[in-house]
Amino acid sequence: MNVPADLFYTEEHEWVRLEGEVAVVGITDYAQHELGDVVYVELPQVGDHVTQSEPFGVVESVKAASDLFAPVSGEVIEINAALEDAPELVNNDPYGQGWMIKVRPSNWEAERANLLDAEAYRRLIEQE
Amino acid sequence: MSEGALRKTPLYEVHRQMGARMVPFGGWEMPVQYTSILEEHRAVRTAAGLFDVSHMGEFEFTGPGARALLQHLTANDVDKLSPGQAQYSMFLNERGGTIDDLIVYCLAEEHYLVVVNAANTEKDWAHVVRVAQRFADADVHNRSDAYALLALQGPRAQAILSRLTEADLANLRFYHVMPAEVAGISVRVARTGYTGEDGFELFVAPERAAALWQALLETGQGDGLRPAGLGARDTLRLEASMPLYGHELDEETTPIEAGLGRFVAREGDYIGADAIRRQRQEGVSKKLAMLEMRGRGIPRQGYPVQTAEGEEVGRVTSGSYAPWLEKNIAMAYVRPELAEPGQQLHVLIRGRPVEAITVRRPFYKRTRGANSRTTAAH
Repeated sequence: MNVPADLFYTEEHEWVRLEGEVAVVGITDYAQHELGDVVYVELPQVGDHVTQSEPFGVVESVKAASDLFAPVSGEVIEINAALEDAPELVNNDPYGQGWMIKVRPSNWEAERANLLDAEAYRRLIEQE
Repeated sequence: MSEGALRKTPLYEVHRQMGARMVPFGGWEMPVQYTSILEEHRAVRTAAGLFDVSHMGEFEFTGPGARALLQHLTANDVDKLSPGQAQYSMFLNERGGTIDDLIVYCLAEEHYLVVVNAANTEKDWAHVVRVAQRFADADVHNRSDAYALLALQGPRAQAILSRLTEADLANLRFYHVMPAEVAGISVRVARTGYTGEDGFELFVAPERAAALWQALLETGQGDGLRPAGLGARDTLRLEASMPLYGHELDEETTPIEAGLGRFVAREGDYIGADAIRRQRQEGVSKKLAMLEMRGRGIPRQGYPVQTAEGEEVGRVTSGSYAPWLEKNIAMAYVRPELAEPGQQLHVLIRGRPVEAITVRRPFYKRTRGANSRTTAAH
């Protein structure tokens, strides 16, 4: 299972990557594998505020709908519109083209302490 | 049923070796997918899929009174069956509610095979035994452990199977059954299935099931045959508007309400016949509707169905993304007039009303010959 070293993770299997002032958010390779074929992703709108550990959207496989939990709080500045027509990008490239939202973090320094690093996340999924 | 005591089919180890994802279903540990539900679904629509459905229950009825017993136990007219024919039917309770839906196979003049849902096998068997006590000259046997069952489904099914048997498959019509040798293994081949495609179900001794499975997969490789799990089986049957027990059918729901009236005899004294006759005269209070989503979102079991004015009129019984139709679809019980095609309804998806329209049944009907539609790149 691919767990890139430079990302932060949640226990609910989202990842966040800080690119300058912007946090990019998606779900992990483990998560997409467990879900199976992703057929629908429901995302917030640009301008919405998301809150760490609170649901910000829904990812649906053929079998089930699962909440997406925000790894950081802040304003949504971009959503991945490509997922509307190609939700399978979440399966094919979870850390790249399958990203979901970009957020301007409002409290990154405090909130990053609540996230897992790659090593801790790897331990988590090995236990599941 | 405790999840600690899940039963395993004779193909359990084969599934594990093939990398299938196993899930509990009806008291059994079954493959839900091998690689991808979407790919397995498309394989069945365009080529063929091979399913292990050995969890299904099998009862045999024998003796000079077997037909009379079945005529009383099941809602369809068993008198229509000649040896080699099969029919879709149900066990009903006295209120006309559905104890189970099933297929009756007439194997010989005094020999019938009834295939029931895995999760209902125990309940069904108790019902059969109770009713059979009142009938002379009929023996009933729970043969669920004596059969493995493989379903080979899809437009390439006949071409694949014919390479492994001398049997005259071209003349085995829909809902007919015959004994055959397939890859040197004795089976009963039935032209039945649960996918909306042409295909076969093969009854085989448990100890020969793995050999039959491997022979079929190898032979069908060049045709695009793939193993397919219960995930694809569910989306395939939903596209074909086929009911699933526990979703569209239960003991409080009659086959008339489920839109299965053509499988229920108008005459006869089968259990539930009075209730069915009354319902046919007086009309039903709910009817199964086929919903196609117009707005974005996937309807799921339990989601409320509303009128455009916001009145709740039912709940989704099954809903999914439909991989072949590339639409989101659902079934739901609503007032009969709302089940007519062309009704504008809403499905409440996470508190948000999303537009849906009722459509004609079935959502998907195969065209004669192979599916030639080209799919978007995946």
